[in-house]
Amino acid sequence: MNNIIVYIETENGKIADVSLELMTKGRELANKLNCNLEALLIGDKVSHLSEELFLYGATKVHLAEDSRLEFYRTLPYSAIAISLFKSEKPQIALFGATSIGRDLAPRVSSALTSGLTADCTSLEIGDHNDAKSGKEYKDLLYQIRPAFGGNIIATIINPEHRPQMATVREGVMKKMALQQAANGEISKIDIKPILNDSDFVVEIIKRDIQERKIDIKGASIIVAGGFGVGSKENFKQLFELAHLLGAEIGASRAAVDAGFADHARQVGQTGVTVRPKLYIAVGISGQIQHTAGMDQSAMIISINNDPNAPINNIADYAIVGDLNEVLPRMIKSYKKNIK
Amino acid sequence: MTKTFKIVVLAKQVPDTRNVGKNAMKEDGTVNRAALPAIFNPEDMNALEQALRIKDKFPGTKVELLTMGPLRAADIIREGYFRGADGGVLLTDRKFAGADTLATSYALSMAIRKMNPDIIISGRQAIDGDTAQVGPQVAEKLGIPQVTYAESISASESGKITILRRLERGIEEVSTSYPVLITVNATAPACRPRNAKQLMRYKHASTLSEQNDNEHNSYLPLFNMEELTIPEWGVADVGGEEIKYGLSGSPTKVKKIENIVFQAKESKRLSASEEDIDSLFIELISSHTIG
Repeated sequence: MNNIIVYIETENGKIADVSLELMTKGRELANKLNCNLEALLIGDKVSHLSEELFLYGATKVHLAEDSRLEFYRTLPYSAIAISLFKSEKPQIALFGATSIGRDLAPRVSSALTSGLTADCTSLEIGDHNDAKSGKEYKDLLYQIRPAFGGNIIATIINPEHRPQMATVREGVMKKMALQQAANGEISKIDIKPILNDSDFVVEIIKRDIQERKIDIKGASIIVAGGFGVGSKENFKQLFELAHLLGAEIGASRAAVDAGFADHARQVGQTGVTVRPKLYIAVGISGQIQHTAGMDQSAMIISINNDPNAPINNIADYAIVGDLNEVLPRMIKSYKKNIK
Repeated sequence: MTKTFKIVVLAKQVPDTRNVGKNAMKEDGTVNRAALPAIFNPEDMNALEQALRIKDKFPGTKVELLTMGPLRAADIIREGYFRGADGGVLLTDRKFAGADTLATSYALSMAIRKMNPDIIISGRQAIDGDTAQVGPQVAEKLGIPQVTYAESISASESGKITILRRLERGIEEVSTSYPVLITVNATAPACRPRNAKQLMRYKHASTLSEQNDNEHNSYLPLFNMEELTIPEWGVADVGGEEIKYGLSGSPTKVKKIENIVFQAKESKRLSASEEDIDSLFIELISSHTIG
């Protein structure tokens, strides 16, 4: 009772990364709150995925399996989640901010009249003192998110209502499995009393869901490399930094032409136009053809050994130096300073 | 006689957060909200277009807008008229103040019950909050199905409605029965422009509150104001439990707001030294840019 439940999204028989990221965050929160981390898994023939959830610290996997549940549909999935949350009374419930999570979570929160915060960028545990009533609240979930078109950062709390619900976008939290799986159990949900025929009124006529492709357009952080990176080998350092930051990899045309990176990663006039919140340009000189595709980024950091590279004119921070020195230092600094 | 539908379009008046230019900044670098223009939420425009397309196909269909907000949000209803809607309701009451998405959904759902539509269409999300919660929550409160991320909608006389959904990595086509709530993506067709005839006919459409503000409306009695009066509904008109409205009906509370301080682009030169990189990363983490 009063545990943390993470809704597990699956795609093509695999658990979505965002769900594993939430499991990792959920584990950290559960440790702070001294409660258990549990998972809600809905689908058809998905029970084998429980093993992976135990590896991420689940002590219990609530499992609803049925052939009619093969693809996500709002009504049956929300009916199951609502019913489970009513009986289990979790204090926190987390969902990926995906097409599915952003469809499901609000429906569930409305039925339970619990608060929901969308697209959190950070989740913390903290206390709250209500100035009006003088009431003290211990161990609330601080749901931190940008609002107002990204111009403010708001911390939202739900003092009185449970579960405290939040959605988080993919790549925002880090994903880390345990060394050894938790000693978890599967708890089967009896769906018969929960689902009615009317829950299946929305019929799926056609589905055409592509396998995940490289899509740098939606990335909030991009680490991009140019010809100055020098080799495909050196590009690996960019991938390492990008992975840590939850960033995508971009490239200039010269880097793509030299075979350092895939064409789908090309930023600029003949590639993709991006406007992430952070763009780190590594070994990119800053030709207009490239900058046209990224100069709307909220923040630009350039790394270049040429102090007069044009990219430095549009960069907020221009680091003059060798990428083989700078990138390892960035990786080290990130690991050291992140909580 | 062919089938006709009753459609309610949910639309919100929002500050234009997409164009936070330098002149919208106060000296301390925070956003000056008063300087941002109030606009028709962009995806609600896509929603209105979908409703008007159903009306094109099924003449006699009635498209009404429902908006919740302060008195000036009557602009939303007028804009709807100009583009071909048949009317609308302004939901406004001090008791709605401080509503989060749940309390907002409750108020909208109570008004929708009174309007009794076959189809409810709204934008996927509003640009001032980007939560995408109100659509699904209204559907839940009404106990009807929801179909999110619609790109096109085909209503039919058979009692079935087919919707093409645009998802993160593909498309899905679904069909369902009425009543249904549909939220529309920005990838759906843009709204048609204002219609000159509609503009002439409805430019004096106004709420009673606006009409009573006599200062600049002394000429109004010249018009047939019965047709031009936009209804204003409050808690008393839509009923429901007062505790579920506004602040008391909102489970989420804002604990803290931090303004993001914008800096003029003036590039800062750093060396490749460990100290320089460390201080940069500490700054990036504390500003939530990374981490």
